[in-house]
Amino acid sequence: MPNTQQLQDIASQVRRDIVRMVHACQSGHPGGSLGCADFMTVLFFEIMQHRPDFSMDGIGEDLFFLSNGHISPVYYSILARSGYFPTAELSTFRRLNSRLQGHPATHEHLPGIRIASGSLGQGLSVAIGAALSKKQNGDDRWVFSLHGDGELQEGQIWEAAMFAAHHKVDNLIATVDWNGQQIDGPTNKIMSLGNLPAKWEAFGWEVLQTDGHDIAALRNTLQTAKNSSKQGKPIMILMKTAMGKGVSFMEGSHEWHGIAPNDAQLATALAELRETLGDY
Amino acid sequence: MVSSKFAIAGQSDTRSGFGDGLLEVAKQNEHVVALCADLTGSLKMDKFQKHFPDRFYNTGIAEANMMGIAAGLTIGGQIPYTGTFANFSTGRVYDQIRQSIAYSDKNVKICASHAGVTLGEDGATHQILEDVGMMRMLPNMTVIVPCDYMQTKLATMAIADYEGPVYLRFGRPKVPIFTAADQDFQIGKAQILHEGSDVTIIACGHLVWRAILAADELEAKGISVEIINMHTIKPLDTAAILHSVSKTACVVTAEEHQRNGGLGEAVAQVLALHQPVPMEMVAVDDSFGESGQPEELMTKYHINTTDIVAAVERVLARKK
Repeated sequence: MPNTQQLQDIASQVRRDIVRMVHACQSGHPGGSLGCADFMTVLFFEIMQHRPDFSMDGIGEDLFFLSNGHISPVYYSILARSGYFPTAELSTFRRLNSRLQGHPATHEHLPGIRIASGSLGQGLSVAIGAALSKKQNGDDRWVFSLHGDGELQEGQIWEAAMFAAHHKVDNLIATVDWNGQQIDGPTNKIMSLGNLPAKWEAFGWEVLQTDGHDIAALRNTLQTAKNSSKQGKPIMILMKTAMGKGVSFMEGSHEWHGIAPNDAQLATALAELRETLGDY
Repeated sequence: MVSSKFAIAGQSDTRSGFGDGLLEVAKQNEHVVALCADLTGSLKMDKFQKHFPDRFYNTGIAEANMMGIAAGLTIGGQIPYTGTFANFSTGRVYDQIRQSIAYSDKNVKICASHAGVTLGEDGATHQILEDVGMMRMLPNMTVIVPCDYMQTKLATMAIADYEGPVYLRFGRPKVPIFTAADQDFQIGKAQILHEGSDVTIIACGHLVWRAILAADELEAKGISVEIINMHTIKPLDTAAILHSVSKTACVVTAEEHQRNGGLGEAVAQVLALHQPVPMEMVAVDDSFGESGQPEELMTKYHINTTDIVAAVERVLARKK
């Protein structure tokens, strides 16, 4: 098991990868990617039991589904740093003939990706299906999913929420990047999410909350989620995060949802992020 | 009589062929699972539900969620069959199918009942006539429209062994069972139901039997008709079309669907690119349906036997 410092080092390198990838192609979504770097690091480098030699069916291992596909930079960096494909391939992000599409896809057979996402609100249903498939197979591993908070405005999410509780999909641990931002502005101004913990509880889910940047808290919450699972209820972890976390001039603002830094901004960002594992 | 060469084994609805086929294939293949959005009885999925309650998921009235769950179930090797009306199987969930099933190339079988105007009294809200067009536009998607109970049953079973997303379209009314239990049903392989030399009628779904009845009238007038049952609209059996046209040099298509986007357009594409010949289309002409009885609606919307006869006469006049 990596210790807290090691996980923080990985997260720092992942953040460097994110801003460099988005800068290189001058497009993509750095804000949400940076905000989920800590969670994704803890999930992939400590919590999940997974195999980078990758099989689509993923039998006997934990599965992860990214529903808010626009934060593909963090996903690709995490997969590469986990050994699913060479880190050098991160330089092809959003380029012609790349396996690293703007939004995650299976079409180019990138190891680690099991479903396309990008059109929002679909990933919870997919994760439920994969969790049911594990039950059909007598496979006792878990299914994890990540969703944006703005994405919760999609109706399909609540169809899925209802289903998971009714059908007792209790090998599913869903998480929400609760940064309070969406493209057009703060969620409170665009479309209020209301009392999210109460909503998920009312739908019959076991709800946990955590600071999405505190490595120790994330680790404890995810472990608590696993301990609370398989008792008849799906689990939801609401993670309080800051969009753009780790790059001071991006932090906490929807302005960096979907734009790339210029050369000077990249230099400023990289100066704040330690290179720990070697840049790709 | 062309129709007399077919042994009629009673009448049944194609949706019952789906229900019986689903039960039978599930007995043979333990990976077959089924989902339904609160229309279990209408889709004839109750037998499956009774035999395999642990492999059946009712999603309630939530079709988008059903499509996503089906996509997820394929991960780990299940073969999910989704069941709801054709309208709710396509238009309502097009983006879910596009991203999570077609683009992701998931082994989901989208099984759609109550297609077309023969749904009847419920009216245009439920009588989808655009579904084949929407589904055949999607890369990776296979589109199958079987013609009677037996063929729907066999198609339902065949798609379990076919890797990839499939749209299987069937309907509500009782129609003659005229294809045999031991027929050679292959996805993508057209069936030549009757050989002839003056005109080729290419039909799918409920219109296949109408094409046979039309052939009775036409042969009485001395017109030799070739009838192709094009149960698979995508991938289309181009070779069968071109081979037939090399004899007849004219084509009539017949379908319970909009002219835009349907079987007729698919056939027209093949002819335009390879062998342009006079062609007529029997299809709904850019219109929604309405409430009524199936037979009345087929007549009003010009997709009945007499419309096929008239189309053949038009195309023959153009050929001369």
